[in-house]
Amino acid sequence: MTAGQLFLQQLANGLTIGAIYALIALGYTMVYGVIQLINFAHGEVFMVGAYLALTILSLFGVGYDAVGWSLLGVLALCAIAAMGGCGLLGLGIERAAYRPLRHAPRLAALITAIGVSFILQNAVMLCYGATDRHFPSLIPAIRWQIGGATITWLQVVIWLSSGALMVALQALVMCTQLGRAMRAVAQDPKACWLLGIPVDRVVAVTFVLGSGLAAFGGLLFGLYYNTINFHDGYSMGLKAFTAAVLGGIGNIPGAMVGGVVLGILEGLGAGYLSAQWKNVFAFVVLVGLLLFKPTGLLGERVAERA
Amino acid sequence: MTMTPTRLGWLVGFVIACAVPGLPLNAYHVDVLTTAGIYAVLALGLNIVVGFTGLLHLGYAAFFAIGAYTYALLSVRLGVPFWLGLVPAIAVAGVCGVLLGIPAIRVRGDYLAIVTLGFGEIVRIAITNLEQWTGGPNGVLGIAHPRVWWPGGTYDFGVASTPYYCLVLAAVLVVAVACSRLADSRIGRAWAAIREDELAAACCGVNTFQAKLLAQGCGAAVAGLAGALFAAKQGTITPDSFDFVLSVMILAMVVLGGLGSVPGAIIGALVLGTLPELLRGFDQYRMMIFGVVMILMMRVRPQGLCGGVRLRRQRSVSPQPLHVSAAA
Repeated sequence: MTAGQLFLQQLANGLTIGAIYALIALGYTMVYGVIQLINFAHGEVFMVGAYLALTILSLFGVGYDAVGWSLLGVLALCAIAAMGGCGLLGLGIERAAYRPLRHAPRLAALITAIGVSFILQNAVMLCYGATDRHFPSLIPAIRWQIGGATITWLQVVIWLSSGALMVALQALVMCTQLGRAMRAVAQDPKACWLLGIPVDRVVAVTFVLGSGLAAFGGLLFGLYYNTINFHDGYSMGLKAFTAAVLGGIGNIPGAMVGGVVLGILEGLGAGYLSAQWKNVFAFVVLVGLLLFKPTGLLGERVAERA
Repeated sequence: MTMTPTRLGWLVGFVIACAVPGLPLNAYHVDVLTTAGIYAVLALGLNIVVGFTGLLHLGYAAFFAIGAYTYALLSVRLGVPFWLGLVPAIAVAGVCGVLLGIPAIRVRGDYLAIVTLGFGEIVRIAITNLEQWTGGPNGVLGIAHPRVWWPGGTYDFGVASTPYYCLVLAAVLVVAVACSRLADSRIGRAWAAIREDELAAACCGVNTFQAKLLAQGCGAAVAGLAGALFAAKQGTITPDSFDFVLSVMILAMVVLGGLGSVPGAIIGALVLGTLPELLRGFDQYRMMIFGVVMILMMRVRPQGLCGGVRLRRQRSVSPQPLHVSAAA
């Protein structure tokens, strides 16, 4: 494999995992943008999404034989069920753990977030067991050689579907009344309340949207890696949070850019340096970037709060 | 010295803590309390950074790891005894705290949190990958236990639990007294000023750069002490013991106790350190119940168990009724 081929291959791999990071990062960044809260339980919502998708798949007993429209139908059903289930979960988390503490010192919500993480992790562990679960690879294993790099049909599906979701989200935020309300609450919640915008409902919808996107990320993660574990929420959540900050937390296009950039950097780091050090590479880039551009790639200046 | 309620509380707590070795507890109970004591040292150290100075730190386990590995490697490679190894463990961790603090101080607020998180992960992964020095994922084995000399022989702490309990209790006491003295000192007031309003503090002549670095250094040095204690007690350390979850748990202890409160940090560490063990009766559901308890505790007392310090007024997010005077 020549240098150019290696580069292309790592770029494709990085773009795939980056798309999944971006989907999860959107949830962090939306919630942060609206109420300045780092939702540490978000990674677990992603993990629950992957398990929900797996549950639907096993209900249908789908294996490797599904093709064509039936495959598409099953996948769509999986996605809808996982996203809906996690949306409800996000709604519940917001009501039980975050809304009562909206006026409390900011770090108080950190404790409840950890509490939620423990509950979700252990609930999944009790229901599905602590070992790795196999996730069927449903997408037909078609591959192409492009410039020497191997691109699979699955990778294309991940790029297209996550891209479509991001475009839809951006349209929702920029072109609908709900999106306008979200942007307004992010700017000044008190003024929104004075103007009659239902702030609590907008915050709740933000959690639902973010959790739904994370659940879709969970489905893609399962399809891509073919194995899921109740610990995956922690590591993927940490990476996605990093991606959100890399792009500038609170900024929706920033989370998309941050996720893709982090994925590509990791892919290239794994390809050129060593796979062992790829996580260090990601964090060194993050720390370095923040030192020179302290608000992330696309970030605005945020108010200083400790 | 007059007996204020606070002093009475300290005295009662100290007497109970001293009485523990005399109580009919088995080695397992004492061991759980010892581990909670190490958490208490960590929580006290992190309280300097997060509670006193208001710098959100998410990579605190890194300094714990640096202290533990410094003593472990000195002990295994050079045969340095525990009491001598404490000094470099504290010093190396403290210096690392200052060195990592210099670049991190440029960023503020939540971005500081993510930079420190990054450092924490870098340190942990570096320890895992630098196998020729640190033993990699297998960790360091055969770390010497502390030993005391007196005329007529030596006493090795070995694997018994009570000696470590006494050692950790002494460490908690020293660090707690040092922290309360620091909080009331000139530098402690500078830290509080930075926490309340950094710009105003700078305008009043506080050297904020120096004060923030000092806070990070002090916090890291305390973590180094805790690390050396941990390594000596365990005899074996692996990189897994120092992950992000630990950093977050220690932060949770500080927040649960009440930011900036010295007794609060100790109580928070005791609660979160022993609760999972107390819930053993619930068997497989215990971590779920632990999570529920954490949520309920914060809903009942969002300012923390001993949260007495005045924190900066939070920007309210959900609207509250405004009192607008008609004449305005």
